[in-house]
Amino acid sequence: MANPNKAKAESGIMRWVDDRFPATQMMQDHLTKYYAPKNFNFFYLFGVLAMLALVNQILTGVWLTMSYNPSAEGAFDSIEYIMRDVEWGWLIRYMHTTGASAFFVVIYMHMFRGLLYGSYKAPRELVWIFGMTIYLALMAEAFMGYLLPWGQMSYWGAQVIISLFSAIPAIGPDLAQWVRGDFLITGITLNRFFALHVVALPIVILALVVLHIIALHEVGSNNPDGIDIKQKKDETGKPLDGIAFHPYYTVKDLVGIAIFLFVFCVVVFYFPEGGGYFIEKPNFEPANPLKTPDHIAPVWYFTPFYAILRAITFSVFGLDAKFLGVIFMGGAIAVLFVLPWLDRSPVRSMRYKGWISKTMLLLFAISFVILGILGVLPSTEGRTLLAQVCTVVYFAYFVLMPFYTRLEKTKPLPERVTG
Amino acid sequence: MADNGINKGRRRFLVGATSVVGAVGAVGVAVPFVASWQPSARARAAGAPVQADISRLEPGQRMTVEWRGRPIWIINRTPEMIERTEALNADSLADPDSEVPQQPVYVTSELRSIRPEIGVLIGICTHLGCSPLFRPEPDAEGVGVDNWPGGFFCPCHGSRFDLAGRVFSNVPAPTNLEVPPYRFENDDIIVVGEDEETA
Repeated sequence: MANPNKAKAESGIMRWVDDRFPATQMMQDHLTKYYAPKNFNFFYLFGVLAMLALVNQILTGVWLTMSYNPSAEGAFDSIEYIMRDVEWGWLIRYMHTTGASAFFVVIYMHMFRGLLYGSYKAPRELVWIFGMTIYLALMAEAFMGYLLPWGQMSYWGAQVIISLFSAIPAIGPDLAQWVRGDFLITGITLNRFFALHVVALPIVILALVVLHIIALHEVGSNNPDGIDIKQKKDETGKPLDGIAFHPYYTVKDLVGIAIFLFVFCVVVFYFPEGGGYFIEKPNFEPANPLKTPDHIAPVWYFTPFYAILRAITFSVFGLDAKFLGVIFMGGAIAVLFVLPWLDRSPVRSMRYKGWISKTMLLLFAISFVILGILGVLPSTEGRTLLAQVCTVVYFAYFVLMPFYTRLEKTKPLPERVTG
Repeated sequence: MADNGINKGRRRFLVGATSVVGAVGAVGVAVPFVASWQPSARARAAGAPVQADISRLEPGQRMTVEWRGRPIWIINRTPEMIERTEALNADSLADPDSEVPQQPVYVTSELRSIRPEIGVLIGICTHLGCSPLFRPEPDAEGVGVDNWPGGFFCPCHGSRFDLAGRVFSNVPAPTNLEVPPYRFENDDIIVVGEDEETA
């Protein structure tokens, strides 16, 4: 098995290890000789921050599991027990709840970076698809985690989302029952969501993160100019515009991590409920299947898709509005997976794309934010109309992309990275 | 025999056959894991259909049974009640023809029942889950309107429903009361929780 070309330490204990495990080789491949473009900006911090958020969720999650009781009778009380009686339990729980929201903030910025600089375009399609799969798994993880406190919003939020399955013709009601494991949401549902949230999905997410990074390091990082730094190398084969990830970016990322942790701590210590957006107010009341809360809204990171679901208020082709809503909501996420094949532009970065791409991305981002706000609010006629307009813009960004990216005039690419 | 004694055809066949058998095995192993998510025997027992004997339910009366943790009302509507309900102005109701799927497909759209006189409803207000009061008598006191045709009044937030469980307009409740799946075992026995067709 010994590959004579593998990098190895000269002597000592590292040499002993390297003869048995490719430690030095891996260190070089992924850190000290992984050359990242030197022109990374602020947006390139979010990948590392997402890793940090994941570590925070796993660490605090494991600790919460030690005091949490996953049963319909005990769940709500055990959360209060963690908050009041467990030493530092309040901090660990707030780190977990705030961490969930922080994770999505960071992931949305990370994804927006991808849209902005064309990080999904060849040869990084698989990086993007692994990333989208992480996002999907993360949404499932967050949804199931939200049921565990067994508060009113936990219960009724899950009720609303699981009932979406029942909108699917023919198999819908049976499918919803299969997911619940009962005729209504009960301790049975809580138990399986606990198992999935704590065991199954974290394993899936960790595996996907490894795949995401291996795929990234195979093709190399994109950059704000969207040009390939491997085209211009010095005599040793090191890209002229590349710098080693370690120590250059590890140190730079530390600054970003410090700023992130500062903001994170401000929220954890001063606004742990996030004004009712991170922990919704009805969740301070135990789940009650006989009492529906006044207004059911998902947590903020799901609201853009929830708004799309509610925007579909009409039936077409004999499909009823609810099922169409589910299709559009699913489609809003599914369409992101095929993004690499929708963008036909010869350039990657928004810096060199034409004005149509820039306008479309701006409109897309605005409509996504508006949908996010609408998803929190109770619907009225005017808001539904606005949500419909935003839904059209959301899909137009993708559906029209093959046309406007091909037709528009792009700017010439620079030889080397800029600024 | 070619390629250093390797029989490629046989190797391909063996790889293919092993893969197929392996795939069948994988599907077989998946069965218990998938089926394990179905409601357990205990959950099925707790959610089983309930029977109600309506032989002693006089016209104009209501009885309540419990099914899956919720109160189920069974009302015996008198001809006058049916007449008053059918005579209601469609404009005064939010969903007079029961277009929102809050009932099984086999009940009528106006009286929302299999037999016109026997109404079966889930007694949970569609607003916030309170249990509305039965106010069958015309012009009952304390329901907040004149010309009350008889029906259900929710004391929590003032939602009103007619004797078919249809919600009146301009009340907080958005939809009609839910009608559970039910069927008639015979003239006197109603089974709540089982559809008519599956009988």
